[in-house]
Amino acid sequence: MTDTQQIAYIAAQAADARVNVELETEGMTLNIGPQHPATHGTLRIIVRLDGERVVAAEPVMGYMHRGYEKLAEVRTYPQVTTLVNRIDWLGSFANEVPFILAAERLMEVEAPPRARWIRTALFELSRIANVILFLGDMAVQLGAVTPVFFAFRDREFVLNQIEAVTGGRFHPNFDRIGGLKDDLPKGWIEETRGVLARIRTFCDEMEDLVAGNEIFEARTRNIGVVPADIGLAYGLSGANIRASGVDWDLRRDSDMGLAHRELDWKVWTHPDGDSFARYWVRLQEVREACTIVEQCLDGIPSGPVMAKVPRIIKVPAGEAYVETENPLGVMGYYIVSKGELVPYRVKIRSASFNNVSITPWLLEGVYVPDVISILASPYFILGDIDR
Amino acid sequence: MGLVENGKLPKPLTALLNVSRKYSLWVYQWGLACCAIEMGAAFASPRYDVMRLGVIPFPASPRQADLVVVSGTVTDKMAPAVKRLYEQMPDPKYVISMGSCANCGGPYWDSYSVTKGVDQIIPVDVYVPGCPPRPEALLEGIVLLQERIRSEDMGERWNGDPIVVS
Repeated sequence: MTDTQQIAYIAAQAADARVNVELETEGMTLNIGPQHPATHGTLRIIVRLDGERVVAAEPVMGYMHRGYEKLAEVRTYPQVTTLVNRIDWLGSFANEVPFILAAERLMEVEAPPRARWIRTALFELSRIANVILFLGDMAVQLGAVTPVFFAFRDREFVLNQIEAVTGGRFHPNFDRIGGLKDDLPKGWIEETRGVLARIRTFCDEMEDLVAGNEIFEARTRNIGVVPADIGLAYGLSGANIRASGVDWDLRRDSDMGLAHRELDWKVWTHPDGDSFARYWVRLQEVREACTIVEQCLDGIPSGPVMAKVPRIIKVPAGEAYVETENPLGVMGYYIVSKGELVPYRVKIRSASFNNVSITPWLLEGVYVPDVISILASPYFILGDIDR
Repeated sequence: MGLVENGKLPKPLTALLNVSRKYSLWVYQWGLACCAIEMGAAFASPRYDVMRLGVIPFPASPRQADLVVVSGTVTDKMAPAVKRLYEQMPDPKYVISMGSCANCGGPYWDSYSVTKGVDQIIPVDVYVPGCPPRPEALLEGIVLLQERIRSEDMGERWNGDPIVVS
């Protein structure tokens, strides 16, 4: 090509470019998951993109569906707790509590006060074990790797305390209809005080490192805003709805059958409803959980940990629904009994299923990098979604 | 590759190759269920710290990985994805089946939606029992796998029985 030809060619290209000033972008379908480092397991999200913007997003669930409700129909009541432990695997003990409370309501048994207080302490410890992983994990999703090491480091101490009481690091299976399997081991209360001090230090570190970080704030403030009415319409619960300014916590507002109402603590809310607010509310809730556990440790009454319950448990015919404020939100069990060894039907209302249902609404119109920040902040656990 | 796969490599070279493979096992970030958190504790927590064993848990793609830890329940809906991810890994590749669910179905042995054992889909080298196994158990599985890789003859790689951590 001679020089003249070359110049003519470039001029023609430039003219073409001027004509097509409005550059059209083709739509693209982006499939995130089921294997993706940022989807917390096996959540799959199909995103329709227009350039950098999300036009529509659809979560595809069921990759972790294990059929709990059907399995519960062929397990005896004490065996069901083994299963339901594994629904929200980060805060396992909290999953057993509503099921046991519902069964106790049907049998008209009440756990002795000591059992109720120990249950409360373990319930809140499992909340700590659950949420501090979120505090580290959310930072990982946004590109900061260190906080998750801190989270795993301090989570081990909490798991040690749970293991010391229940014998299981992860899945305690410790709750029984009418009380608890065992009493606390010797010296546990003092050790737990030390662990709680560690967790408070961890919270301060996270406040410094993550919540006070400029990049983190830039990527989470005003991103993924959920107004209170929309959140309620989608059935959000737990810290997600409290981050939208709704002052609603079942631990305080209803009688769950645990000791929360006899203790002095605070429900935190945040008016913004964005990703940062969800992070901040959870951070405060860990601190509040530390306060609750400390008060439990001070005030555990003496007495037995098990009420008088027949050896072979047959639950009288009837229906009961009990919901509690679990680490991820409201979790409820609806048990229908026909007076046999096994439940006739168990319906599980898990928090993450409702929390994930808002993602199509949340992701509409956001930019691709924000998808990760928005997906990380409502904190769903796949076992809790699919069950 | 032909030489290596036929086991025709001179012995010193094989030993050298095996030692270097043993201490650079790349695991890809992929968690399924509860066991993924224990795997995370083994891989990311300072208490267990898998990197001192020469296992590098960074790749986010199976195409860069030598080892996959199937950590949790494999459901029938997930099974095709598990197989596809395994097929995307370059040879030589190893599989650790972590936890009762991946080994045999575990507590969901009578469930309608769970694949009873990941070994129905992909070949498994190490079984780690437990529900979930403690991080120490996973580390032992990795150490046993490394010992096998150390004395491995590439030609007879697929003939060995799987290791069961006990």
